[in-house]
Amino acid sequence: MTTVANGEADSALAVPADRGTCPFAPPPAYEQAHRAGPINRVSLWDGSPCWLLTGHRQARFVLGDRRFSADARVPGFPFLSPGRRELLDRTTPTFIRLDDPEHSRQRRLLTGDFIIKRVEAMRPQIQQIVDEALDRMVAHGGPADLVREYALPVPSLVICLLLGVPYADHGFFQAQSQTLLSLNSSLAEVDAAQHALNSYLVELAGRKQREPDESVLGRLVAKGEVTLEEAAAMGVLLLVAGHETTANMTALGTLALLQNPEQAERLRADPSLIKGAVEELLRYLTIVHLGIPRVALEDVDLDGTLIRAGDGVLCMASTANWDEEVFTGGDRLDVTRDARRHLAFGFGIHQCLGQPLARAELQIALQTLLERLPELRLAVPFEDLRYRSDMLVYGVHELPVTW
Amino acid sequence: MHVTIDQDRCCGAGQCVLTAPTVFDQGDDDGLVRLRTDRPEPAVQSDVRLAAALCPGGAITVHDSNT
Ligand code: HEM
Ligand code: SF4
Repeated sequence: MTTVANGEADSALAVPADRGTCPFAPPPAYEQAHRAGPINRVSLWDGSPCWLLTGHRQARFVLGDRRFSADARVPGFPFLSPGRRELLDRTTPTFIRLDDPEHSRQRRLLTGDFIIKRVEAMRPQIQQIVDEALDRMVAHGGPADLVREYALPVPSLVICLLLGVPYADHGFFQAQSQTLLSLNSSLAEVDAAQHALNSYLVELAGRKQREPDESVLGRLVAKGEVTLEEAAAMGVLLLVAGHETTANMTALGTLALLQNPEQAERLRADPSLIKGAVEELLRYLTIVHLGIPRVALEDVDLDGTLIRAGDGVLCMASTANWDEEVFTGGDRLDVTRDARRHLAFGFGIHQCLGQPLARAELQIALQTLLERLPELRLAVPFEDLRYRSDMLVYGVHELPVTW
Repeated sequence: MHVTIDQDRCCGAGQCVLTAPTVFDQGDDDGLVRLRTDRPEPAVQSDVRLAAALCPGGAITVHDSNT
């Protein structure tokens, strides 16, 4: 192990740390470390040292500072697990794992598609997708697994809408993206699904080149600045970044409301609270929970601690979002809180591109669920639920509910 | 209050438009920030300050003046 700049020995804290008894709370070991100070030296799963930033101000500083790179090919970049998702990241970098200027060049081909105005215009179609998913779940009858029947299909169909996938191909698209994200798929199955989606999107992009439309893919190929393969790769990135995240936020957000019935009641009584409530749920639950990774490109002084070029840094949005300096009583869910400073979508130039869409989906999906199923409740004991503790995106594996 | 923007630093996720819609806008094609006014009314000045703090790219600067 290397000696560290501030002369302290590496702490015993191993990352990722285990969750405690409350499934909504960040790992107790991080909270404990934070009480001693917001800048911690830790060791990763492979034994390599890394900085763990638990404070809101420190995490925000690093994410907003271009001296820290998001490029996984830079030596020292902290990998969170030997997981296959990160293997994919390493082999085909899209702009989420690139620095400027290339990051910006690619991102700007898409920013026009995610502006508030366009997303607002999609609301009626998102509402329809939500209504139909809920109709199907209710028609099957309870108890139902809310993850499978509601939380997963909604964002998948919204991405179909976004990319301009024709209705007839929705089944194929959903099945492949399910395989891509499922824990039960083998590496070979993941590869095959990734391939199938990729060739499908290349083909679709080609069709849109001949018959232009207003979808993301249609607009992208019309710009004439990317090849069909690059357009398809961006489509896959949107799917990977936008499906699992929104799905897990929907299910875990529902669970948090079921466990805090007085908060759910407030929302039912005053639907105008939904926007703030979604920000608060994003803050409280921070599903991108293993830390947002960066590597220092030069020596940086962070509050008197020297971060050296090549040091890996993990910005813990979860503890930052419970930081008492910014969110008083942050360990409580309060749908009336002003939570807008949360870091659940990250910060800096990589801050979530899809956030306007994610917000619209969550607002509509959660509000519709609360309104249409006033008796919604867990169909199993709370203690029996299993969580995605070791996965990049946190959530609940299954959420059996009845109504 | 006087507001300036730097489009080179904008990453277009629209936090400013959500926070202070009467002051900020986004270009239809590029998604980058535009100003509806560079002299916000007193009533929205605290929203503008929050928008500058929330802006992930550091693209918004608030200059205090006595106007
Ligand atoms: C609740 C749902 C979501 C959460 C919590 C979330 C969270 C995040 C976070 C934390 C990042 C920053 C990663 C980093 O800095 O390394 C990010 C980036 C990104 N997200 Fe999301 N996301 C969500 C939904 C979506 C949706 C719906 C889409 C698109 C359809 C999307 C597309 C992207 C893209 C393209 C990036 C990369 C941006 C860049 O590197 O410039 N996300 N997201
Ligand atoms: S908040 Fe900042 S980065 Fe985002 S659109 Fe507005 S000016 Fe651009």
